[in-house]
Amino acid sequence: MAALTTAIARTLKKNKNAPIKPRSASRHNAAPLTLINPLSETPATIGLDYMTYEQLDEFGRELDTVRQRVLDDLGQKDADYIRRIIRLHKAAEVLGRIGVFMPFFWPAFVAGIVLLAVAKILDNMEIGHNVMHGQYDWMNDPMIDGARYEWDNIAPAQDWKHGHNYIHHTYTNIHGMDRDIGYNMFRIDEDQPWYATHRFNLPLAFVLMLVFEWGIMYHGVELDQYLHGKITKEDFQGRKKRAFRKIRKQVFKDYIAWPVLGLALVPFVGWWAPLAILGANVAANVIRNVWTFLIIFCGHFPAEVQTFAEEDAQNESRGQWYLRQLLGSANISGHTPFHVMTGNLSFQIEHHLFPDIPARRYPEVAEDVKLLVEKYGLQYNSGRLSKQLGSVVRQLAKLGHKPSDPYKIGNSPESKALRRAKREEAARRLEESRAPQLTS
Amino acid sequence: MGIIRKALTSKPVASLTSPFTVDHYLEQIHPMLAAENVRARVVEVRRETGAASTVVMRPNGAWKGFVPGQHVQFGVEVNGKRRVRVFSVSSSKAAKKGTFSVSVKAHPDGYVSQFLHQELEPGTIVYLSQAEGEFVLPREVPASLLLVSGGSGITPVMSMLRTLRDTRHSGQVTFLHYARSREDEMFTSELDEIAATTDFRVVRVYTRQPEPGAALAGRFIVDHLKHLGVDPAGTLTFACGPAGLIAGVRDTYAELGAADQLRMEYFKVPSVDLDAADATGMLSFDDSKMEAFNSGATILEQAETAGLKPDFGCRMGVCNTCAIKKNSGAVRHVVSGEVSASTDETIKICVQVPIGDVNVAL
Repeated sequence: MAALTTAIARTLKKNKNAPIKPRSASRHNAAPLTLINPLSETPATIGLDYMTYEQLDEFGRELDTVRQRVLDDLGQKDADYIRRIIRLHKAAEVLGRIGVFMPFFWPAFVAGIVLLAVAKILDNMEIGHNVMHGQYDWMNDPMIDGARYEWDNIAPAQDWKHGHNYIHHTYTNIHGMDRDIGYNMFRIDEDQPWYATHRFNLPLAFVLMLVFEWGIMYHGVELDQYLHGKITKEDFQGRKKRAFRKIRKQVFKDYIAWPVLGLALVPFVGWWAPLAILGANVAANVIRNVWTFLIIFCGHFPAEVQTFAEEDAQNESRGQWYLRQLLGSANISGHTPFHVMTGNLSFQIEHHLFPDIPARRYPEVAEDVKLLVEKYGLQYNSGRLSKQLGSVVRQLAKLGHKPSDPYKIGNSPESKALRRAKREEAARRLEESRAPQLTS
Repeated sequence: MGIIRKALTSKPVASLTSPFTVDHYLEQIHPMLAAENVRARVVEVRRETGAASTVVMRPNGAWKGFVPGQHVQFGVEVNGKRRVRVFSVSSSKAAKKGTFSVSVKAHPDGYVSQFLHQELEPGTIVYLSQAEGEFVLPREVPASLLLVSGGSGITPVMSMLRTLRDTRHSGQVTFLHYARSREDEMFTSELDEIAATTDFRVVRVYTRQPEPGAALAGRFIVDHLKHLGVDPAGTLTFACGPAGLIAGVRDTYAELGAADQLRMEYFKVPSVDLDAADATGMLSFDDSKMEAFNSGATILEQAETAGLKPDFGCRMGVCNTCAIKKNSGAVRHVVSGEVSASTDETIKICVQVPIGDVNVAL
C-alpha cells in the first residue's frame, strides 16, 4: 500500500524532471535510471532489435569501464591542451581585431575577419561548449569552470546549459522531450507531425544558418514552453531578462564599441572606417554561425540517425541510455585541424556517450566504441561533411512535403482525434490509480 | 601602476573584452601579469621543523596586502589539477618589501601541505586569493595583549608578534604557545631571539617533553594565566589552535566574564574513514550553515531532504547542472564506485554519496 501511495504521489506531482529511483544506503552503487514510468515496472524496449537485456547491461558496463579508464588517466596533457587552445583563441582574437582595424590594406583586413571568425569558433566549440559541459572541472581552475564560464555567443550560458546539457543530453532524440529535434522549426524526422510551415524547411534552415547564435538564444528563452504552460512565468521572465542582458553586452561590444573606436581611423582612411569594422564583426559572427550550424545539424539530423518515442525509453537501463545516445548521433570524419575546429563534436557519438570527458579524448575513445559496435552488430553513423550535409538537406527537402498519411499531419482531424484519445487515456489511468486511495 | 590597473579593470575595458575579463588576455602574455587575479612566485621554501615549512612568495601587483592574523587561499597545480588550501600568513607586515610568507605544518594525509613541505620549488607560480579573515590585530594595538596558540596555530599569531617587534610596539605583550616538544615547535630560534631582545614575554609550554625546570606544564588551564599575571578582563586576547585548546580558553574567559576580550580561530580535521560502512559522519552545507547526519543517499537527495533546493538536471551524472564545490571530505560515485577524497573539488552531487564527514558549498 505504501509503495502504491508513493507511486500515486509521484504521478500527482507531475514531476517532469524524471526522478531517479530512491536507492538505499547499501544499494548506492547501482546505476541511476533516467526515465521512470510511475505506473509500470516494464523495462524499456530500446535496443531489443540488437541485443538482449543481459547484453544491454553488459554493454553499459563496458562503456562505464571505458569512461573510467579515461577519467583515471586525466592529467597534465589534457590541461596543457585546453590551455593551448585558449591561448590560440586569445591570439586569434587579438590579431583579428588588429587586422580589421586596417581596412586601408585589404589583405590584413580580410585576414582579420578570418582570424576573428576562427577565434569565435574556437570559443564556441572546443572551449565554450566543452568547458560548460564540465569537461575540465577536474582542473579546479576558476577561469575554465563549467559553472562559471560565459561564452562569446548571444545565448546566455545558464539557459543554454539547461537546454543543452540537461534536456538535450539526457533525453536525446526522444520525441516530445528533446527540444533539439528540429528546434521546433523544422521537420527533420519522419515521426514529427507535419505542419504547413514545414513547406519552408529549406529556406528557413538557410536563414537560421546565418543567424544561428540568435536562434540558440531564442531557443533558450523557451517561449513555446511558456505558451504551452510547461514553464512558469517567473522562469520565463528570468530567461528573457538574462537573454536581453547578454544581447546588450554582445551587441554593444561587436557592433558599437569596436566600430566606435574605429572613428580614430576616419582622418587617415575616410568616413567609412567604422562601417568597415562593423561589417567585419558581422562577417566574423556570420562565419561562426554557418560553421556551428553545419557541424551541429550534421551531428544529429542525417537520415540514418534514430529517434525514439517516450514510451520506448521509459524505465531504460544505463546500457539502453548509452545505446540511445549512440544511435541518436552521427560522426563527421576529417583531419585533426578539422576536429579541433568542431570542438571534436565531429565525434558526436562519443560526445553523447561521454559528454563530460575532455573532448580531445574522443578520437581515442572512438576506437573502443567501434569495437563494441562490431561486437553487438550496431549501427555507427559516420561520414564526410559533404555526405552528412547532403543527407540533412535531402531530409529537410523530403520531409517538408505534405505526407499522404493523415496521421502524420499535425492538424488533420485524424491526428487531433488521436491526441484527444491519448489525453483521455492518460486521464483514465490517473483516475484508475487514484481509485484504491479513495477506498482505503 | 595604480592608474593602469584602474583603467584595465574599468567598465569600458570590460565591455570591450566581454564576456571575458582583461586577465584572460593578460595571462597569455605572462602568468604573473594580471589586473585582478592574485598570483605569486615562490622565492624560498624553508624547513621549519621535520614536518613544517615556510613558503616565502613575491605576489604580483594585484595583491592588496594583508593584516597580521589573516589567511590566504593558496593553490598549486600538480598534474593539471589545482589544489587549494587555506593557510595563515606568518610573516611580519613590516618585512622586506614585496614578499610575504605562509607557514604550513604537513599533515600525513594532507596532499597540499605534504607537497609544500617536500616538493615545492622556488620559482613555482602559485594561485592566491586576497588575504581574508577577521582574526586580525586592531589598528590601535591596546596596551595589554595576549597571544595564545597551540601547534601549527602559531602561524597567525607569529605574524602578529613579528609585526609588533618590527614596529617597536611598546605595550605589554605576552606570547603563550603550546607545542608537543621543542623539536616539534616552529620558529624556535626566532622565538628565543625575540625573548632575548625585546620586552615581550615569550612563554612556551612543551606538553609531551617539558623542559626541566619549566614553570608551566601540561595543557592550558586558568592557572597558567594567573602565573603569568595576565588579567583576562583587561587584556585583548588572540587564541589560535586545535579545537581542544580553543574550547579551554573560551570556557575560561566565559567563566571570568572576559569573553568580549577574546578573539579565536581554530581548525578541525574532518574525519574521513574510507573503510566505514555506508552511512557515517555528518554532511555539512557550508553556505546555508546546516548539518545533517549522513543518510547514505546522494548529496543531492540529502540536501533536498534537509529542505535545500540545489539546482539539478538529469540526476544521473550527465548534465553537470548540479556541480558544486566540495570543500572537504570523501565521496563515492554511485555508478563507478570511485572514491574521491581531495578537498576543494567540483563534484556532481546527484551521483555522489558522502563517506564520513563531508562539507559542500550549498
